[in-house]
Amino acid sequence: MAEKIATRDAYGKALAELGAVNKNIVVLDADLAEATKTLYFKKEFPDRFFDCGIAEQNMISVAAGIAAAGKIPFASSFAMFAAGRAFDQVRNSVGYPHLNVKICATHAGITVGEDGATHQCLEDLALMRSIPGMVVINPSDAVQARAAVFAAAEYVGPVYVRLGRLAVPVIYDKNTYKFTIGKGETHKSGCDLTLISTGMLLENTLLAAKALEELGINAGVIDMPSVKPLDADLVLSAAINTGAIVTVEEHNIIGGLGSAVCENVAESRPVPVIRVGVKDTFGKSGKAIELIDLFGLGVADIVNAAKQALALKA
Amino acid sequence: MDCNEKKLLSLKATLIRKGIVTSVFNAQSGHPGGSLSAADILCFLYFKEMKIDPQNPKNPGRDRFVLSKGHAAPALYATLALRGYFPEIAPHSLRQKGSIFQGHPDMKNIPGVDMSTGSLGQGISAACGMALVGKEQGFRVYAMLGDGECDEGQVWEAAMFASHYRLDNLCAMVDLNGLQIDGSTKEVMNSEPLDEKFRAFGWNVIDVDAHDFDSIENGFNAAKSFKGAPSVLICRSIKGKGVSFMENQVNWHGSAPKFEQYEKAMSELDELYKTIEEA
Repeated sequence: MAEKIATRDAYGKALAELGAVNKNIVVLDADLAEATKTLYFKKEFPDRFFDCGIAEQNMISVAAGIAAAGKIPFASSFAMFAAGRAFDQVRNSVGYPHLNVKICATHAGITVGEDGATHQCLEDLALMRSIPGMVVINPSDAVQARAAVFAAAEYVGPVYVRLGRLAVPVIYDKNTYKFTIGKGETHKSGCDLTLISTGMLLENTLLAAKALEELGINAGVIDMPSVKPLDADLVLSAAINTGAIVTVEEHNIIGGLGSAVCENVAESRPVPVIRVGVKDTFGKSGKAIELIDLFGLGVADIVNAAKQALALKA
Repeated sequence: MDCNEKKLLSLKATLIRKGIVTSVFNAQSGHPGGSLSAADILCFLYFKEMKIDPQNPKNPGRDRFVLSKGHAAPALYATLALRGYFPEIAPHSLRQKGSIFQGHPDMKNIPGVDMSTGSLGQGISAACGMALVGKEQGFRVYAMLGDGECDEGQVWEAAMFASHYRLDNLCAMVDLNGLQIDGSTKEVMNSEPLDEKFRAFGWNVIDVDAHDFDSIENGFNAAKSFKGAPSVLICRSIKGKGVSFMENQVNWHGSAPKFEQYEKAMSELDELYKTIEEA
């Protein structure tokens, strides 16, 4: 069985690595350093770590001020608070002046688990994607998360990175994997339809493609960590070559990857798109794994969505 | 303060007020009241207090100013113009299509603007972030708040942060003119006593008459020499200061003068300029 690592853990370790090579990196947290894993950086570089207390709005605007003075701040909290509570600050203090702030939000989606709906952010991709100039990255495993954090540090401008609480299988090879903002990864090419997933549901998506194969359906699989900018070329070629798409995300079906893909194909090559995601409802308490099935994000749900998409195919 | 220096500053503040009235009149939109109340403080900051160079507005070692009450943009633009960041008439295109002089400060396009502001409460937090860097690099950061703005919870998150990190290179100024959009601060949402609130948050609090350059200078000097905590100048001001019919009138928070009002305001300010010059 593949090794399992949470993307938040890969983030924390990547930050500590980056801190050693780039003295301009400063880290902010809002009393969650143990959970967001910024504590790895805090231990190595206490002089460049600033706890803001439970005050996320202030933290995001402080990060903007730090960036305006030439440093590279990484600000972390749970997705609900970094993207939700502090949306106005992200938009006006960071996005509007296009400042070099990296917002790395953990505990996104329903796999937060037991804490329930108040902490299960299912809207962050929608919120962050709507801000002009914001790069939005949703890594699917620890290797991609590390690479995305390095890419975010190198890119000049605001970046939102969505990270998870749950340990998820390592899918990419850390020795060979290369991440580029705006590029998706083709895992399997298919001819009947294409499954496009973002974030930790990549494993279920790959398993669904296998299950479909047993049913005689040849589904392609694309991992789309870069929700914005979306890899429009890859989406277009999926639409042209397979004629049907299923999107898979641990997010509300409104506003996230599913919406981004629909917008894209509607304006380039209209094909049926079925969105697998949380269906415009709030989360609930439970074990992360149980919730994936409860909210229709399991392998069987993706297979069913693929059948629906095929049925709509002209 | 030397009387000649005070005279020069008073003349410049009057020119800033003329710039405010002109740009808001041209736009037929904007916030004259809280711009006029802030004019003397801004004048002192840019002509006496801050280490800045209009020829090199991005110099990393410069002092920073954040207009947290971003709607007073006409005052900031008029001050920057007079200080030489751009031609004096440039901000007369305030709020008009194609102008860089947006309704609220835009750091990306306006030389000398250190932070984009407008959504209240955010500027003071950004100033805290700049001051963290300034402590290491040796520059000071100034941030102007409104008393109405102090309704925002974020102001107090920032107040806690600045004192926790002992940002003694940060100087906030509250333009305490007692009025907000819907009425007096006492009626709408009483933010007073602001001095006691800031003191309770661990700040060095200094009382200032916002329209007296001696008091303003003493305030900034007291702030600069205080170590171990951020300072705040509680600047007791008159909203609409300098234009008789705008003074202490809440309806001039966000409305533009008509032509006759504009002419009257400008002739009052011209008169004031002459009086100062001849004194």
